[in-house]
Amino acid sequence: MCLAGAATAEPVKVGMITTLTGGGSGLGIDVRDGFMLAVKQAGNKDLEVVIEDDARKPDLAVQIADKMIQSEKVDILTGIIWSNLAMAVVPSTVAQGKFYISPNAGPSALAGKGCNANYFNAAFQNDNLHEGMGAYATKAGFKKSFIMAPNYPAGKDALTGYKRFYKGDLAGEVYTKLGQKDYAAEIAQIRASGADSVFVFLPGGMGIAFMKQYAQSGVDVPVMGPAFSFDQGILKAVGPTAVGVKNSSHWSKDLDNAANKAFVESFQAEYGRLPSLYAVQGFDTANLILSAMGKASVKDADAFRAALKAGDIASPRGSFKFGNNQHPIQTIYVREVIKEGDVYTNKIVGAALENHQDAYASDCKM
Amino acid sequence: MTSTLLIEQLLNGLQFGVMLFLMAAGLTLVFGVMGLINLAHGALYMVGAFACATVATATGSFWIGIVASLIAAAFAGTLVEMLVIRRLYKRDHLDQVLATFALILIFSEGTRWVFGSFPLYLNVPEILAGPITLPGGLQYPMYRFALIVIGFLVAIGLYLLISKTRLGVRIRAGESDREMIAALGIDIRMLYTVVFALGAALAGFAGALVGAIQSVQVGMGEPVLILAFVVIVIGGIGSIKGALIGAILVGVVDTMGRFLLPAAFKLFMENSAATSVGSALASMLIYILMAIILVVKPRGLFPANG
Repeated sequence: MCLAGAATAEPVKVGMITTLTGGGSGLGIDVRDGFMLAVKQAGNKDLEVVIEDDARKPDLAVQIADKMIQSEKVDILTGIIWSNLAMAVVPSTVAQGKFYISPNAGPSALAGKGCNANYFNAAFQNDNLHEGMGAYATKAGFKKSFIMAPNYPAGKDALTGYKRFYKGDLAGEVYTKLGQKDYAAEIAQIRASGADSVFVFLPGGMGIAFMKQYAQSGVDVPVMGPAFSFDQGILKAVGPTAVGVKNSSHWSKDLDNAANKAFVESFQAEYGRLPSLYAVQGFDTANLILSAMGKASVKDADAFRAALKAGDIASPRGSFKFGNNQHPIQTIYVREVIKEGDVYTNKIVGAALENHQDAYASDCKM
Repeated sequence: MTSTLLIEQLLNGLQFGVMLFLMAAGLTLVFGVMGLINLAHGALYMVGAFACATVATATGSFWIGIVASLIAAAFAGTLVEMLVIRRLYKRDHLDQVLATFALILIFSEGTRWVFGSFPLYLNVPEILAGPITLPGGLQYPMYRFALIVIGFLVAIGLYLLISKTRLGVRIRAGESDREMIAALGIDIRMLYTVVFALGAALAGFAGALVGAIQSVQVGMGEPVLILAFVVIVIGGIGSIKGALIGAILVGVVDTMGRFLLPAAFKLFMENSAATSVGSALASMLIYILMAIILVVKPRGLFPANG
């Protein structure tokens, strides 16, 4: 094989731990498919990927990480979707001198004081999209928001993120049970609260249930939320009830740049479905690794780290760069759910926060 | 707090309760008549929802989907009873739990294999979409209102079946004395299969009805299963009447708790602390209720065999 650069001779082994079965497996499958699409496109024979399923269980993720580091001798770990799993795996991985590049989870604990030179996040800090929605609500002139999230750390971060940029009053603040499927009691409260807008962070099946029930309740206060609840995989199940909903995202299928057009087209050709933001994050993670491999040997950790940090990729998100805490500085867009032919999807309405950096970066001593 | 909000929440509790009843009725019959702990009851709920979503999408009619859910769940129930459950009646409860737990895994992975990991689309029929206005100006989702009516109709139907028909007499006899009814020449194996299929059909029916307002996805049955067990323990194992009253009690207490507790804590606590303490306590409320009832009536509210 003919090598383009002198430094690329060193093979790199990547371990991907992600959720491929059980609840939430749609997210892991998209990350994996996005990642493997980039790997396939690059055709770099020096990159080897091993993939294992964590079934959304922290203890299992830790076991797999140990096995991958100790017996499979991987250089880089990636893949984890959920923040609680990331918190169980990332600190010990980077302490052993391995790189970890997150394709989704971005807990605040790893963005501020707990930042680490070997930890990169290619997706977002968890608060980002909620902050974008809060900024949009302020700009749109909403004065009385009813806000709701499940009662767990990411849910609390979500409402905190929204409130950080939302300047109006709250009509109500409700924490629901994680995994709750019936929102009749909450919708009754929304109806009675006199709110002018509703912000919900209800990822996965919770969001599907809420949107359907909300549409039937006769309450017509506009709903908004982060892209997780209005993502490509979910829109199929929510159907017409989500049309018109505003949601915040760092990516959209219709972002106008060459990398995005090529990505959407090739993802559809390869897998026969539209990509989601998770697929983009997986795609960018793989391209970050590939770009760093072209510049430095993974055995030279300092050089490889510098090459990763350069963020030298053509991301479908448009401009992509890392901040001091190695989390992305990126534009958060507002999208609207529309029907395009027979498919429900999103289109961009505008930018909520341009080149936005997370609130924890200043606590990071890097 | 207005009285319309209170009434709306009561209706929500009632609706949640009657749907739990559909699940609990089958579970309690199977336990009462056959002495079998069936953890796979939630899988039948899922089968019903997937059958309804698939057929409703293919035919464009929610109602044909409902019929399909009944048939598919009853068929799956019959199959499971004849292949697996039949071998478990004489074994102890631990074996039954292990075998039916294995059935959950088989059903879940099998469904994922056929339908994939993404949730399916199932929406309420046009005719029941949107809200209705109840006396007093209260707006309430028509579909939920229909669920309450359907739930009570099923309850009445089950009552008539058990108390007025020959099959009902046999079921009651099977609950009181298994050996005697076999000695009287009743085909007990057939009776067991019929009862199991009936329970399965009710679970599948509930799955389809609830799937239309929640989400149709793999693993949707297990959270409901836990609640259904709480219901039959509260109501008294084996009793249909107990299952109905237990289900409504659980539905109303859970719904009212979720909405009243955070409000109550706000009277003497700071807003966000009250919200999180209140919601944490609300999610425990039905288990606290169960514990209290078991202390007062260890065999549940309406124990089946005296």
